[in-house]
Amino acid sequence: MNNNIGSIPLRYRVTIDRDRCMECERCIENCSYGVFRRDGDRILINSRKCTACHRCLAYCPRDAISLEEYPCDYRNHPVWTRQTREDIYNQARTGKIILAGMGSVSNLPVIFDHLMLDASQVTTPPTDPLREPVELRTYLGKKPSRLELRRNPGGDVELATPLAPNLMLETPIMLGHMSYGAISLNAQISMARAAKETGTYMGTGEGGLHAGLYPYQDRMIVQVASGRFGVNIDYLERGAAIEIKLGQGAKPGIGGHLTGEKVSKDVSRTRMIPEGSDAISPAPHHDIYSTEDLSQLVRSIKEATEWKKPVFAKIAAVNNTAENVAAVARASVDAVVIDGFRGGTGAAPKVFRDHVGIPLEVAIASADRELSLQGLRNEVSLIACGSIRESADVVKAIALGADAVYIGTAALVAMGCRVCGNCYQGLCPWGIATQRPDLVQRLDPDVASKQVANLIRAWTMEITELMGAAGINSIESLRGNRDRLRGYMLDENLLRVLDVKSVGA
Amino acid sequence: MCGIFGVMDRRRQMMDGSGIRQALSMMNERGSGEGAGYVAYGIYPEYQDCYALHVFFDNAHDGRAVVDAMLEAWGTIEHDEAIPTYDQPNLRATCTTPWRYFFVPDPSLAPGSASPERDVITNLVMQINTGVPGAQVVSSGMNVGVFKASGWPEDVANFYRIEDYEGYLWLAHNRYTTNNPGRWEQPDPFNLHDWSVVENGKVTSYGTNRRYIESFGYTCSLETDSELITYVIDLLVRRHGLDIDLAIRAIAPPYWKDIDMMPEAEADLNRALRLAYGSAAMNGPYTVLAANPDMMVGFTDRGKLRPMVVGECGDRLYIASEEAAIRAMEPGVESITMPAAGEPVIGRVAP
Repeated sequence: MNNNIGSIPLRYRVTIDRDRCMECERCIENCSYGVFRRDGDRILINSRKCTACHRCLAYCPRDAISLEEYPCDYRNHPVWTRQTREDIYNQARTGKIILAGMGSVSNLPVIFDHLMLDASQVTTPPTDPLREPVELRTYLGKKPSRLELRRNPGGDVELATPLAPNLMLETPIMLGHMSYGAISLNAQISMARAAKETGTYMGTGEGGLHAGLYPYQDRMIVQVASGRFGVNIDYLERGAAIEIKLGQGAKPGIGGHLTGEKVSKDVSRTRMIPEGSDAISPAPHHDIYSTEDLSQLVRSIKEATEWKKPVFAKIAAVNNTAENVAAVARASVDAVVIDGFRGGTGAAPKVFRDHVGIPLEVAIASADRELSLQGLRNEVSLIACGSIRESADVVKAIALGADAVYIGTAALVAMGCRVCGNCYQGLCPWGIATQRPDLVQRLDPDVASKQVANLIRAWTMEITELMGAAGINSIESLRGNRDRLRGYMLDENLLRVLDVKSVGA
Repeated sequence: MCGIFGVMDRRRQMMDGSGIRQALSMMNERGSGEGAGYVAYGIYPEYQDCYALHVFFDNAHDGRAVVDAMLEAWGTIEHDEAIPTYDQPNLRATCTTPWRYFFVPDPSLAPGSASPERDVITNLVMQINTGVPGAQVVSSGMNVGVFKASGWPEDVANFYRIEDYEGYLWLAHNRYTTNNPGRWEQPDPFNLHDWSVVENGKVTSYGTNRRYIESFGYTCSLETDSELITYVIDLLVRRHGLDIDLAIRAIAPPYWKDIDMMPEAEADLNRALRLAYGSAAMNGPYTVLAANPDMMVGFTDRGKLRPMVVGECGDRLYIASEEAAIRAMEPGVESITMPAAGEPVIGRVAP
């Protein structure tokens, strides 16, 4: 033994009910982590390799497999939790930064869960979406703050104000930026088809645009991140909009991280980086050291694409989000994306993921307030992302001031993801966060695209019903409408920051 | 609920308040006896160049001295007096003294404004209503005045002897109270210099609209829809220069499916209005009657969840919640129509 720690207690214990098992070996085939193997007439189990991805459970025809988390207890201690102890063992052994996948696991209250929605009763009637229109159509981009009009000789009024390009969405739900590399091409194609089918848009992430996505390019928002992976004029011209990634909620203040295991030949070509190399994008954009620089980059991109496409900028939710948003709003940007601290990631240093940033709910509310106060609200649309889990979160985010949301993890879950958090290993047995061809082909875009589209449609219907119940038949009347929210068990300061009244008030 | 009533004479022929009182009380079914109000244009010809400020002073505070000082700092008080009132046993009693000032604002105090006098008035109203305890400005326009209190329409009319006033354009409101029954400033009409508003409804977009309008320097101190609607109309028409029909379209816009079917130029205009003024658009059930010295308009939410009846007779245009109210004032009314949802009624006074 080369250390004094020994083996750490099992995270998961997998067991097979031998009476039920018919030894079909589907578990062996399906588990990409190597938990199962055949030894003579027995299927052996190495629970230590298990990630709780549930692939074996999902494909066992006899329901013979069960899984238990933390089968072995530590001495219980409120400060020195299992996690703190295990992180120390890990770092004592390796001397490295701990890498983690998916969103924050810190056990902090979710503000969304403490916000209650309103419904109409006597003084106003609810609207019935089955019988009356309820409009979810959303335009993202710069809006004029006032209109110049002229009367033509016939007496008709004509618009003299040119409108900046906007994206038109049939639902306020978009699919967030997850790069080719972080996820598979089949996963991207599935989401792209779903976006096209449901009248919304999808982000490419920072990994470039694979030729397999060209048929859906009018539904793609192409990302320009600090590594500039895959960025050239052809890429910019293909997208419906362009998003500059300045920060990410899961890891504010640092760049993206794609582990070399996932940089396959095709990924390397699309990203324009060497095969098998870690793709670590820089923390800042090396041509943006001030807001003026951002403004110049935005204008350069607009100039390159003939001012035909909206340009978004994404920032992580941090202390001075309001100030950052106001700065971005003055930089010719058409929409600001705010990514909350619970946002997902393929790989992030655990210490960032769990400790840096602020909740999305607060960031959206303060950004909306600051933009309104400064008279800039029409200059930019606000897009909320980072842990939007259900349709109610969408409604609450919009009532706090967002125009639309991006969903990431929720879309992956719709394709089968079990949120096991091992994305960075590149062995995703669901064919989502992997580049191994045999795993990728498990995800059939014909099937997965339907599942993602179903999710968007189901949420869209729920949003319509919630709005109808509140007597609101158009989404712009929900946007920033804090009157229709109430805080339940939130403290007074937080209520003030959110500009939401307490339940009963 | 709530009952609203408006009448306008296109040739500025005067009507005293007695007919309006009768029309409004015809809709007592729509009220709860805890609030009613009237606004009339043309009632102060002897002070027609002054802004008439109707102010409610709560006698428990010394609000008047503060308001006097503020007005003197922002212009000249030509005359001021208590508004004549006549006790009514059925009014909900408060210690309120209705007062009126005839005031000329100093335009040099709002440099750079296209309408400096109205900007001074707007600022004064916001400052008094949010910052002076025991003082509420209830109307602030030229040759116009709001008369309101907590009670049935007849009692409120009798309290002010509304029949003693003559105007060419009247709006009136019979309130079905859901909050603050005792506050005399709470019932409609709401007024800010040129514009007066009465509403039957409850907008569901209040939070969105309020945030929007407050970003332009207005402060909503009463939290009533009519206050909000008055400010939105003032912003769109006076400060953004929209014609009233377009302002109404911004407030109650057509559905996207209808815009999509319009000819291109019209669709572009309507899309631009929704994009620019999405936060000013009002949702939920409402019928709004609004007036300024030159026009009276009526419009409903785009689903028409509240009633609106239009009557015409000679030079007179009537808009009300109920036909019975129009017939109470004008038994021989020549035409009665019920405009479709989203179809505004705009009546203009001859220049």
